[in-house]
Amino acid sequence: MSLPTILFWILAVISILSAIGVVVAKNPVHSVLLLIVTFFTITGFYILLNAQFLAVVHIIVYAGAIMVLFLFVIMLMNLNASGEPQKNNLVKFAGVVAGGLLLIVLVAALKKADTGMLIQGSTNIGLIQNLGKVLFKDFVLPFEVSSILFLSAMIGAIVIGKKD
Amino acid sequence: MLLEISAFLVLEKLILVAIILGISLFIAMYSTYAERKLAAFIQDRRGPNRAGIFGILQPLADGGKLFFKEEIIPEYANKFLFILGPAIFMITACMTSAVIPWGSTLHIFGKDISLQVADVNIGILYIFGVVSLGVYGIMVGGWASNNKYSLLGTIRAASQIISYELAMGLSLIALLMITGSLSLKDIVEQQSHGVWYIVYQPIGFLIFLVCAFAECNRTPFDLAECDSELVMGFHTEYSSMKLGFYLFAEYINMFISSAVMVTLYFGGYNFPGMHSLHVSPNTLTILGVIAFFVKIFIFLFFFIWVRWTVPRFRYDQLMKLGWKMLIPLAILNLLITGALMLYLHH
Amino acid sequence: MPSPSYPTLWPFLIYGILVLLLAGGMLFISHFLGERHQEKETDEVYEAGIEATGTARLLFPVHFYLIAMFFVIFDLEAVFIISWAIAIRDVGWGGYLAVVIFVAILVAVLIYEWRIGALNFGPQGKKILRAYRHKIKGVNHNEVVDKQNN
Repeated sequence: MSLPTILFWILAVISILSAIGVVVAKNPVHSVLLLIVTFFTITGFYILLNAQFLAVVHIIVYAGAIMVLFLFVIMLMNLNASGEPQKNNLVKFAGVVAGGLLLIVLVAALKKADTGMLIQGSTNIGLIQNLGKVLFKDFVLPFEVSSILFLSAMIGAIVIGKKD
Repeated sequence: MLLEISAFLVLEKLILVAIILGISLFIAMYSTYAERKLAAFIQDRRGPNRAGIFGILQPLADGGKLFFKEEIIPEYANKFLFILGPAIFMITACMTSAVIPWGSTLHIFGKDISLQVADVNIGILYIFGVVSLGVYGIMVGGWASNNKYSLLGTIRAASQIISYELAMGLSLIALLMITGSLSLKDIVEQQSHGVWYIVYQPIGFLIFLVCAFAECNRTPFDLAECDSELVMGFHTEYSSMKLGFYLFAEYINMFISSAVMVTLYFGGYNFPGMHSLHVSPNTLTILGVIAFFVKIFIFLFFFIWVRWTVPRFRYDQLMKLGWKMLIPLAILNLLITGALMLYLHH
Repeated sequence: MPSPSYPTLWPFLIYGILVLLLAGGMLFISHFLGERHQEKETDEVYEAGIEATGTARLLFPVHFYLIAMFFVIFDLEAVFIISWAIAIRDVGWGGYLAVVIFVAILVAVLIYEWRIGALNFGPQGKKILRAYRHKIKGVNHNEVVDKQNN
């Protein structure tokens, strides 16, 4: 086995173990920290694929921003292992259906994926100069649409936040 | 490839890393001394003067004291997270300096030795990534303490840091347009022959400077440990070396943010007239390193000077400055710089 | 050469290991060197000398949550803009226009937040004063009504 492959397997094991830990952990803060560990391993995968920009953006956005929000919410809402309300069966059922649908979408998306591109270190897709060029030449419209998405996310947050 | 690394190269990097860490810690230690002496000077006192001549050994005594202090973990605290918090804070503070180019290359033993631990092509974003993780040190530690003051300090500190991180990032983007590169080495080299980037980006630099103060929790933005309201803020319950980590990491952050500002806006290890000096390349490199540190010390002096001159903001004023002044200003700066760049380029 | 970027990255590993050793070592040493005693108040929560009451898991104003949410979204947008900033010479005015539209939406959000007061922390002096004046006026009005009734 070549070194990248060994690294890949080490990272994969850590990432799966920590992801299981997220679900299993009783303390929500531990869950968040384990999720951050998972994100770090994913960053490792990006580095193995020679996508340094994506790797660092993954750290900045997921580990540095989204998980801060999670931790904030946990602290603000005073979520504790003991205080978690028991959900009724309907909510559980809805959760299972939503999760299953997501799984189907992911499987469907990955089934068609061209794995030939993912030979480790062989691509330059994650390098920032290429990314900027592609994003602002070929994908301008999706880029603008994403800003509308941000707008709606923000307004959603305000609506939730402002409800007394 | 990883396997092709020679033992010599590893040794070289190991020594470099050890020296950089040593210097960071040493400067952080002596910043506390400088802080106390300057505060004394500004307030017309003498400052520490018992340990050694002019109290020069005071930081060593302070550091040593922290090792021998009792380690108290409150009964209801979450023990693991309580220890993890300061450790994260310290580690993230130390990790940032990995991409800073401390000097150009030295030529020893027939080899070129770069005075930069790792020159990655996303250097500046790496710093941002690590800095954005530093907030966990505060949040985890403050929450784990299970103390009301700690929690209040934590929430304040976290909101402050994330708000100013945003303004800092936006102010930086305008600079990145000019450099066209995220590598700190490239940015310094570009300033070697042209003018320093402070000339092109005065507003960006000012925003960056203000945000650096807020990111380091320095006065006038030290609301996280607002001692008149929140005892000691997020580290109220800490003692011994864990408290030491929080206090010490603050000085390391100050040192590193000075280094980053010098690198980005003040030419890094370049100094005026360096190309007309007729000295050997090694001497030039060493002179460059000295110039770099002189610039850093000027910034450190400024940090301390401001602390003992400007009073603390109120929390709503702090957020108002961040969100209603710095962020709109940074966005404006960004758009104007972009338009000028394109106008001059074509 | 399958992986041109690795050689520049392994120093991070050395750096990280050294920093971990440093931090761990310092904590370890201080753990053993520190004095130890156990008294009635040693493990109590420190609240400026007053006996602690109630839980320390306080509930917070929703403002802080909103700030964190805004941070996430602005941070994402900043990342998009960085990728434009690096490629600005290649994408020219077309890219500039795209970013201006993008930023305009961002600014619209900022203005919206600003207008609805999501960025206002602390008590609103003017609002309180207005409410107070209103109340005073209301009281006076009531008094007048009372007098008329009498």
